[in-house]
Amino acid sequence: MRCIINGETIHLPSHVSTVAQLLHHFHIHKKIAIVEINMHIVPKEDYEHTAIADGDRIEIVHFVGGG
Amino acid sequence: MNRYSRQQLFAPIGEKGQRYIRKKHVLIIGAGALGAANAETLVRAGIGKITIIDRDYVEWSNLQRQQLYTEDDAAKQLPKAIAASVHLRAINRDVVVEPIVADADARLLDDFVARERPDIILDSTDNFDVRMIINDVSQKYDVPWIYGACVGSYGLSYVIIPNETPCLRCLLEEVPLGNATCDTVGIISPVVHMVVAHQTVEALKICVHAQVNRKLVSFDIWQGQYRMIDVHKLKKDDCPSCGKTRTYPALQYENETKFAVLCGRETVQIRPARRGEREWTTLLLFLEKCGIQVEQNDYLCSFTVDGRRFVVFSDGRVFIHGTNDIQEAKRLYYQYLG
Repeated sequence: MRCIINGETIHLPSHVSTVAQLLHHFHIHKKIAIVEINMHIVPKEDYEHTAIADGDRIEIVHFVGGG
Repeated sequence: MNRYSRQQLFAPIGEKGQRYIRKKHVLIIGAGALGAANAETLVRAGIGKITIIDRDYVEWSNLQRQQLYTEDDAAKQLPKAIAASVHLRAINRDVVVEPIVADADARLLDDFVARERPDIILDSTDNFDVRMIINDVSQKYDVPWIYGACVGSYGLSYVIIPNETPCLRCLLEEVPLGNATCDTVGIISPVVHMVVAHQTVEALKICVHAQVNRKLVSFDIWQGQYRMIDVHKLKKDDCPSCGKTRTYPALQYENETKFAVLCGRETVQIRPARRGEREWTTLLLFLEKCGIQVEQNDYLCSFTVDGRRFVVFSDGRVFIHGTNDIQEAKRLYYQYLG
């Protein structure tokens, strides 16, 4: 599957089909990430059952603590 | 010639806006890279008063990006809040600059904001424990605050207006443990300035009563990525910080990260309020990336940095061996374990 993640076209392996799996794939802890698919924000409680599809535009923002 | 003439020529501010700016009091928490740059920008802009709180002192490794400080400050190991106040007064003597050399804990921030009622709180801290305290204090006393953070070449910023926008707890749900920090993956100065540019422009807008940007902004300045996300849907009615029934959890003693000296062992124990979910994989990955050798078993991992041995238990507790000094332990803990 091919998605546009943070502006870049990325090929995802076949076992990545939900938002939760996507975050896991990128080693991002779901509790500190905000995910938007095709301009719609995904509530955290929906990560497990929100599917991602070929061609989706996905934005992932993760919080950091530094400064 | 009026020193603010160019800023006043900018129509959204104007002479009227400049008068508003002159009357505002901004509380800056942290005097590191973000704090120094935030403070300098607002002091040059002619803010009425800034209060800057920091528990640390100036070190050589700060000079690469903490723009207010000089080699002399590092040689003298001056507290950052003091060194910052000296330089800020030299930049603009009309601004009242109040340094506070202290750990910005729940009690200090609650008391200060209750008493002084600053107009804005600017986050320039380096950890989520204190940000959750800022978040609760902001809601309790109805003072807007501006989150800003960066690591590597990545940064983000977000304005929290009580009773209007989602708060940090709505977005984060809990305090992340074992995140990347500037002391593990490094940081470059340009991303600090990008975060500060976003924080200070929103602060100026609040000063002149203009509409703030309500989107969560994030960027990677090395990669050339920039994005804004509309997060208003994430506001939660049952949020314990900004919802209908509020408990302000970060202001409760039992929810603070606790530091205690273990008698006779030259060790400080750190117990985060939340247990058992330390992010091992990311932590180990980052430590390895920085070339820090980590030993590990099923229950704990340990490593040595700055001549101090860290032991990190899977239930979240951390021992820092080789010191009895809580302030030093606190600094090391947030430096390496975010």
